[in-house]
Amino acid sequence: MKRNKSTIVLEIFAILLALFWLSPFYLMLVNSFKTPREIFASVLTPPTQLNWANYQQAFEDLNFIRSFFNSIIITLASVLIIILFSSMAGYALARNKSRLSNFLLLLFVAAMLIPFQSVMIPVTSLFGQAQMLNRIGLMIMYLGFGCSLAIFLYHGAMTRVSISMDEAAIMDGANKFQIFWKIVFPLLSPISVTVAILNVIWIWNDYLLPSLVLSRRSETIPIRMFYFFGQYTRQWHLALAGLTIAIIPVIIFYFSAQKSIVEGVTEGAVK
Amino acid sequence: MKNKELSFWLFITPVLLSLAIVVLIPGVMGLFYSFTDWNGLTFNNFIGLEHYRRIFQDTQFGRSLLFTFVFALVCIVALNVIGLGLALLVTSKLKSRNILRTIFFMPNLIGGLILGFIWQFIFIRVFSNLGTLIGVEALMGWLSTPATGFWGLVILTVWQQAGYIMIIYIAYLQGIPKELLESADIDGATPGQKFRHIIFPLLAPGFTVSMFLTLSSSFKIYDQNLSLTGGGPYNSTQMVAMNIVDTAFSSNQMAYGQSKAVIFFIIVATFSLSQVYFNKKREVDL
Repeated sequence: MKRNKSTIVLEIFAILLALFWLSPFYLMLVNSFKTPREIFASVLTPPTQLNWANYQQAFEDLNFIRSFFNSIIITLASVLIIILFSSMAGYALARNKSRLSNFLLLLFVAAMLIPFQSVMIPVTSLFGQAQMLNRIGLMIMYLGFGCSLAIFLYHGAMTRVSISMDEAAIMDGANKFQIFWKIVFPLLSPISVTVAILNVIWIWNDYLLPSLVLSRRSETIPIRMFYFFGQYTRQWHLALAGLTIAIIPVIIFYFSAQKSIVEGVTEGAVK
Repeated sequence: MKNKELSFWLFITPVLLSLAIVVLIPGVMGLFYSFTDWNGLTFNNFIGLEHYRRIFQDTQFGRSLLFTFVFALVCIVALNVIGLGLALLVTSKLKSRNILRTIFFMPNLIGGLILGFIWQFIFIRVFSNLGTLIGVEALMGWLSTPATGFWGLVILTVWQQAGYIMIIYIAYLQGIPKELLESADIDGATPGQKFRHIIFPLLAPGFTVSMFLTLSSSFKIYDQNLSLTGGGPYNSTQMVAMNIVDTAFSSNQMAYGQSKAVIFFIIVATFSLSQVYFNKKREVDL
């Protein structure tokens, strides 16, 4: 009986804590529907009526359709090339036991120690001189910054893929590319999901790198959001409607793939 | 070249090339330029350690560095305590544990820039509204002083990242053998004793991972800093990353900014390496 009581107390405490944790989203949502006058009067209460005009204006000023598709294109293409090339490299490094192969793996892992800010100035200068400060250049940068962790994860997962698979395929006359794409890569799909999730979260939300690389025409949601917010400082009803719009895709993504996301993030951190 | 070697290089070249042009070559170039008067395109003179000498007299950089150190320290402690607390909560027998886990992790998926703007609203409007309502002076004028800017950044970061640290601890908590806890129950151990003598020591690898992650992430923070305080008031909450960006891209002092970036790299790398080393050592000792 005593145990039961303390469980209930803990349960109530936990639920209150969760509500508290969500309160920033609640405050954002309720105030995004208010008029400036209502926000000034009270920020805690729900709106008296739903002011969709805030959303209409924010949606237009955010140029949301364009920035959304820019974000989608950049994120998907970058994640795709990270998966494609890192899985190949992870496979090659795991199967080749030479000293050179070990050195290369160490090189990729050591590169993870270099913070982005330490190389951002020369890298933007280099790409600028090559006329590559555009979406393609940005994708190459994401590959360069993202491949280390991906290779590390793929290399680790390769220990679970038996070499007898390769040997059997060689007997059947398959070449290295066929072995990899037809046999090994499908076996690595759990790690591919992890790599995809980690990189989607990173690239979708990234602000600093694209802000240095992209022109106004190809700006992503975070960059557009930055200008939008600057434009509407202290006009909270519009700013909050814009922020809500920007968050919706992420929330949909989270609830549609929650289990894989939590597993993927755990995998990426713990390895 | 043998067929086998050829395929090895075919598989490895795309990533090696991109790593080289994005990280390795810019890294070497950056180090080189820090000893010159490079303006982003060309350089005329070698000036030796001039930039580094200047960094030592740069009071704003010193202030940013100190602010970042203290911020990182506070965040490491708060994130690990709260993250572990949340992990213990959602691995207990609560009925709501799955939905709790979902909620605590949620802020993590949203970018620091957007979250910083949301919290700007909370600290500025909601806090002052609450302050008027309940008559607490301390809730007024948040983000307009260095201290409230500092704590604002800490609250934002902890709220955003605690869920991440939570799921790392969950993974390690689930790795603790059940028999160990059951036999402790039979021996009449209290929950506190079980935590101190069984769970805590077995979590050592979890500490390594999450301290490494919180240290490097809080030291490199930029987006949250930009969107919540913008470095203000009067650059008092400007962290190192923002100081480097401003020096290079706002004041257009490329080579000087790059010298700061080199110092930044040395600090981050030293921290990361020494922390992993000490934690590995401690794990063995236990």
